[in-house]
Amino acid sequence: MIRAHNRFIIWLSFLVALLLMIFPLGRESGWLRPEFVPMLVIYWVLVMPQQSSLLFIWGLGCCQDLLEGVMLGQHAMALMVVAYVCLLSYQRMRNYTLWHQTFFVFVLVGLYQLVDNWVHSLQGHAAQNLIFLMPAFTSALMWPLLWICLERIRISYRVS
Amino acid sequence: MTGLGAIALILILLNVYTDLLDPVRAKLGSVVAPLYWVVDTPQSVLEWGQETFRSRNELQRENQELKAELLIHKRRLQRMAALAAENVRLRHLLNSAETVKDRVLVAELIGVSPDPLTHRVIVNKGREDGVYLGQPLLDAHGLMGQVVEVNEFSSQILLITDATHALPVQINRNGVRAVAEGTGDLYRLKLRHLANTVDVREGDLLVSSGLGQRFPVGYPVAKVTSVVHDPGEPFARVEARPEAQLNRSRHVLLVFSGEGDPVTAPAPTPAVPVKAKAAPAGSGEEP
Repeated sequence: MIRAHNRFIIWLSFLVALLLMIFPLGRESGWLRPEFVPMLVIYWVLVMPQQSSLLFIWGLGCCQDLLEGVMLGQHAMALMVVAYVCLLSYQRMRNYTLWHQTFFVFVLVGLYQLVDNWVHSLQGHAAQNLIFLMPAFTSALMWPLLWICLERIRISYRVS
Repeated sequence: MTGLGAIALILILLNVYTDLLDPVRAKLGSVVAPLYWVVDTPQSVLEWGQETFRSRNELQRENQELKAELLIHKRRLQRMAALAAENVRLRHLLNSAETVKDRVLVAELIGVSPDPLTHRVIVNKGREDGVYLGQPLLDAHGLMGQVVEVNEFSSQILLITDATHALPVQINRNGVRAVAEGTGDLYRLKLRHLANTVDVREGDLLVSSGLGQRFPVGYPVAKVTSVVHDPGEPFARVEARPEAQLNRSRHVLLVFSGEGDPVTAPAPTPAVPVKAKAAPAGSGEEP
């Protein structure tokens, strides 16, 4: 049993991620915005799989839905898919090199975008082409940086 | 895991096929506005800085320009008062309904939907200020969209270019009616089901026709940019560019249509009320 320590860092990281998700960008540059929330979910599930709560992740998804003004449950479901795959494969992913992980993150965030786009299409505005995978690409590019920063923070605050 | 996924799926389906969740969203939505305020701070600080640290010369020049512009507009307004009165009289002759003055409320944009696929913005006026569902929103150049979600102190606006939005318009030149639907592209509207023989040209101004009972009549919506007559297709392909500056207007107007006093007809002595109306607008000089 690991004693909870400095868990507020996790909350804080997600709050910042949510704020970054709604930071105003131009219409075209909006496609380049990395998906910070699923990336953080991937990170925290990787480093502490036993302590990660699916209910928390689900609630987080609903928060994001409210914040972005999309359908309730849209991001919640997409995050569930990401968390599920991540929980299945965290042992393998931990042993990958950072570059190898980057590809995995691309696939996971791509999956997230796919679910997202599916729900969008229910409402009548689906993306016309593969541009909806653009955030997955930029997320993958961001991943090494994010990983290094978060590792520093996690170790120095001894988050567990 | 599967349970939570299933709940999410049910929520989505409830959202798509029913409106059971709308009150829940409206309640929870009020929590969201403060976060948008937070995210908007850098921008407003920047703007405040630009406003505060301006040189005196620049301000004087701008002041002069604005004064000149005001003069031109005032002159137009004087003509406008006379024309409005004449219009009312003519309408009375035709026994048609009175036109109604619209009341407006100035609002400020505080957020833009982060999703590039949905064209939504958030403004800083909500139920407190009397904003209601379906209320039209304008900027200085034309129609922008309508209110789709009202929270306590903020509300969400669906822009006319959203792929799920359509509005009834008419061509200003000849009064042909059409439906302009959004394409998901911020600079493009499509005119739906316009026959190949209809008289529409590039550069035509489209104004709202008021037929949907949602948008007030006569506000500029878009300018026609291209008309393609393809004999192989049943309808002409007509595209238009919205007049409103959908991605840069920060100050917008919420219109309370049909709430203000009706424009009364100056029946017996038309000349006097016209002057009276023109007086506050004009500053003395003859038009």
